[in-house]
Amino acid sequence: MIDATDRRLIAATQAGLPFVARPYHALAEELGLNPSEAMRRLRRMLASGVIRRIGAVPNHYRLGWTENGMSVWDVEEVLLPELGPKVGALPFVTHCYRRPRRPPLWPYNLFAMVHGRAPEEVAAKVETIRDLLGEACRAHTVLTSTRILKKTGLRLTAG
Amino acid sequence: MDELDRRLVNALQGGFPIAERPFARVADELGLEEAEVIRRLARLRADGVLTRFGPMYDAERLGGAVTLCAMQVPAERFEEVTEIVNAFPEVAHNYERRHALNMWFVLAVERPDEIDATVARIEAATGLEVLNLPKLDEYFLELKLSA
Repeated sequence: MIDATDRRLIAATQAGLPFVARPYHALAEELGLNPSEAMRRLRRMLASGVIRRIGAVPNHYRLGWTENGMSVWDVEEVLLPELGPKVGALPFVTHCYRRPRRPPLWPYNLFAMVHGRAPEEVAAKVETIRDLLGEACRAHTVLTSTRILKKTGLRLTAG
Repeated sequence: MDELDRRLVNALQGGFPIAERPFARVADELGLEEAEVIRRLARLRADGVLTRFGPMYDAERLGGAVTLCAMQVPAERFEEVTEIVNAFPEVAHNYERRHALNMWFVLAVERPDEIDATVARIEAATGLEVLNLPKLDEYFLELKLSA
């Protein structure tokens, strides 16, 4: 479990690490912590999965991955435990989730995010998923994103 | 972005060291100078090529909750509604998508019971229905796309 000091560390690093030679020392100083203590706590949170990873989050549009298709599928519920992991394992699928249907507006229960550098690339990848799902899929569509309206890390108060 | 920027972005999507001089370690691995790595990363961040640089936290392991929401926003209200939705600190990401449901955003909150309350506040603030589509199962999560 994390304690109040961990939460202060989390709050202080949500916007990111400073671009200085000793970023963890700068962070520790800001919080009045010993630098080795700050690093020990971050290592522990990384080991326990509280921190998923440490690094750069690129704006994928700026990297040329301009085509981002959220493919959504209406798949027979009982077949999802078998088919979901197969879709998720495809190398071009970056996120894959089961979500609730909201009929009539939203009949889809499987989400697979597909990225490409061109529209045809996304379309071809979606076809691959369709072939994989076969008869189990009743309907599908692809929602392409036209704009990032907001993208930040999660925000947490020091609480 | 030049070749060196691309190498940096690809090398640093995870695994940034926890050490006294982490940029120096990265520089050693890539055959660069520490100051060069810091300068380039700061520039990529300032230019918006990187949206963040640092630890990525798992909201659910922090006791929080995350969900995906969709809204059907009338075209003539799109910019106005974007401002309202983006002003909520609980909204972590927001995308415009080509569909009748044309606004898709991720809510990240500190306690699971805040999801419903936040959805209700967004509905009240916008006058629009919010479809809450929480994940029920996760089949894969991998964010690495090469630069």
